[in-house]
Amino acid sequence: MTLRPLAPLAVYGAAVAVAFALVGGVLAAFGANPLECYGAMLHATFTDPQGRSEVLRRTIPLLLIGGGLTVAFRAGFLNIGAEGQLLLGAVGAAAVALFLPATPANLPAMFLAGATAGALWAFPAAWLRSRLRVHEILTTLMLTPVAEYLVVYLINGPWRGEHVRGFSYTDSFPERLQLPVLEGTLVHWPTLALGAALAAALQLLLTYTPAGYELRVVGSSPPVARYAGIAIHRVVFLAGILSGGAAGLAGAGEVAGIHHRLLEPAQVSLGYGYTAIIVAWLARGRPIAVLLTAPLLGAILAGGDTLKTGFNMPFRIIDVFSGTLLLCLITAEALWPRRERRGP
Amino acid sequence: MDPPLLELKGITKRFPGVVANDHVDLALRAGEVHALLGENGAGKTTLMSILYGLQRPDEGEIRIDGRPVRIHSPREALRLGLALVPQHPLLVERHTVAENLILGQPGSFFLTRRMRQESLPVDLDARVEDLSAGQKQQVEIARALLRGARALILDEPTSVLAPPEVEQLFAQLAGIKARGVAIVFISHKLDEVLALSDRITVLRGGKKVGERARAEATREDLIRLMVGRDLLPPTAVSPPQQGVRFEVEGLEVDADSGRRAVRGASFTLAPGEVLGIAGVAGSGQRELAEALAGLRSFRGRVLLDGAPISGCSPAELFARGLAHVPEDRATGAVPALNIAEALALRTYRTTLRRGSRLDLSRMTAEAARLIQEFRIAAPGPETPVRLLSGGNVQRTILARELSGPLRSADPRRDDGSGRTVSADDRSGSLRALIAVHPTYGVDVGATEQIHRLLVERAAQGVSVVLVTENIDELYALSHRVAVLFEGTLRGPWPVAEVGVERLGRLMTGRDAA
Repeated sequence: MTLRPLAPLAVYGAAVAVAFALVGGVLAAFGANPLECYGAMLHATFTDPQGRSEVLRRTIPLLLIGGGLTVAFRAGFLNIGAEGQLLLGAVGAAAVALFLPATPANLPAMFLAGATAGALWAFPAAWLRSRLRVHEILTTLMLTPVAEYLVVYLINGPWRGEHVRGFSYTDSFPERLQLPVLEGTLVHWPTLALGAALAAALQLLLTYTPAGYELRVVGSSPPVARYAGIAIHRVVFLAGILSGGAAGLAGAGEVAGIHHRLLEPAQVSLGYGYTAIIVAWLARGRPIAVLLTAPLLGAILAGGDTLKTGFNMPFRIIDVFSGTLLLCLITAEALWPRRERRGP
Repeated sequence: MDPPLLELKGITKRFPGVVANDHVDLALRAGEVHALLGENGAGKTTLMSILYGLQRPDEGEIRIDGRPVRIHSPREALRLGLALVPQHPLLVERHTVAENLILGQPGSFFLTRRMRQESLPVDLDARVEDLSAGQKQQVEIARALLRGARALILDEPTSVLAPPEVEQLFAQLAGIKARGVAIVFISHKLDEVLALSDRITVLRGGKKVGERARAEATREDLIRLMVGRDLLPPTAVSPPQQGVRFEVEGLEVDADSGRRAVRGASFTLAPGEVLGIAGVAGSGQRELAEALAGLRSFRGRVLLDGAPISGCSPAELFARGLAHVPEDRATGAVPALNIAEALALRTYRTTLRRGSRLDLSRMTAEAARLIQEFRIAAPGPETPVRLLSGGNVQRTILARELSGPLRSADPRRDDGSGRTVSADDRSGSLRALIAVHPTYGVDVGATEQIHRLLVERAAQGVSVVLVTENIDELYALSHRVAVLFEGTLRGPWPVAEVGVERLGRLMTGRDAA
């Protein structure tokens, strides 16, 4: 009885340990010493200052997307196409940077355009779901390759840079439209601050406002929402749009803070839109919790990089890693009889 | 004397904040029907899930044939000869009866012959999905017997059955008992318990409060044990006031399928009047109630205090003083939210709002007051709705609906006399109530309380449309009654003019008038 508050932590801890053991098997199959690998990952993500900044850099988009997805999932809108919405955010921001004058006011405008474009990309799925009950898992997912090819088309076609020789990307953004970074790193801190602020704001929205209350009712019991006269379709639609907009912000941050141009989809995003699903799932319906879960997944992404460079492993080893981790955590959740109640 | 087939000694089970079973003893003998009687939340189901290996007791001992046993799982329980017939059948819908019976059974070749011995009145080749609730239950019972059960545990077996099916079940149970199988019969329905059992154990608040042999048990005695006091005499129904509160003319409503579910209903309702609407299930009650509550579009004219309600959302109607107790409790309160949040469902945008924010402290204070006023048995406002028993969920819904749209600004202190304290200052804001099966699946104590509340509110001028399948309730509360038959509303007539027999004929369409 007295152990109860700690028991969930212990279960999750055990799940993480099992995941590390399983991935260790995969690493061993590559001929690497798993302990050595984990040691290197730990060094590369926590002990080394450069490594910490690598973790932070990857945390930024995960924070933004994860916060939005947490709210969408809570409303019962299973947006799994954040990757595409992120890319559209990058396109929106690039459009401002490339075609509008390089005034300081246009830096925030890049984010505004990114959020709008991301939201617009979520719009068809949100509208179809809320009005015609077309399942959003299919629509959001299917729109992602469309977004990827749109980016490919733009960087090879109309937006292709004039000074890029054989490469497929746009010209560099003007310097005034590039985000400041922490000295010597790729941590574009304004986006990081934006992500933290968004997580906090969404948590406040959910807990303290009538709109957040409606969202919680809709997400946990649509029949009750209908009975009370809550406009379910509107709540679901807005939650979907909001998650798209948040992913769009992440896309804008990536191009404005790191790449300074629009380039290949796989370079704009390292699968952040998918990884953020895990971030949101681990947050258990609490947007504020992404402040913990986003860095956790950010560390796994950064650690995976180390495996790639230090041990000559394929980059996709991190997918194996995060996939195994998610699987173990979900299993632990199912095995744990007294599930933690979703907080407000 | 031989040791009992099954004996529970000092079984205790604690959950956070509740002691579900508090040193409960029970002895079951072969060939005996032992009823476990108690209100919702008395601990009956917990006790049985311990017996069936679904929960472990914190203390206590289980003996079978005098030998102590530990039951870790349902499989273990089955091996020991204990079988549970669940309230809602757990069968593979797409398989036939025979296939379901074979599942997990060794030696199924002899099934047909054994089935004949069990005289199962169900076609072995029928698909389970085509069976009625009663027939599915028969299959569950047969499966338990085929597995060699020496004791059957039946959890509220009649809750899913129509009256003729109940009789059939009782006849079958008598046959099973005659063969020496013991039966534990869990129920909160007194009449059934008295009709079927040999011994009766009464639980209240997790404790065993009495055990009676059938011969020495009386209704009054059992009620006193169950509820912990005598039932109060029913409150006298006050006559309605003058005027028209609710006016319905030529109402037509479609079901989800597009079929016309209500084909013309007209009535008026005075302030303080209770109109009881009877009918067999599926005669259009749901659609009628939903249309009046703003949940379903309709044709025709419905006026509340002289103004039409068409096109108004349920939230707008509630603001105009129209409350709604829905047919299904799961529609009335979100299980995942806590009591305070469930109670806020009608007022989170109005009185519980401060600027753009929710007034959480007020929400909690309001909930604490309503929990006391409506005697909701729960540790506090933060308790999740899903941990409440059915009766307490219903109390929560009623507490919210009967409080009306305007609540007093400062939550008043309860002065000990209970529910009448703050009723006066709010009764003015509640004008009409649509109550659908308000006491369905609710125990004696809660039913009594809910009836009192409805009568009290009517006396304060609230008009009530009471849709119910419970005839006693209909006659006890209504000023006038009407009957829905295949979507057509007959009546209303003053309650004194329609006897039970005529009502029965009207409900089945055999009365022309």
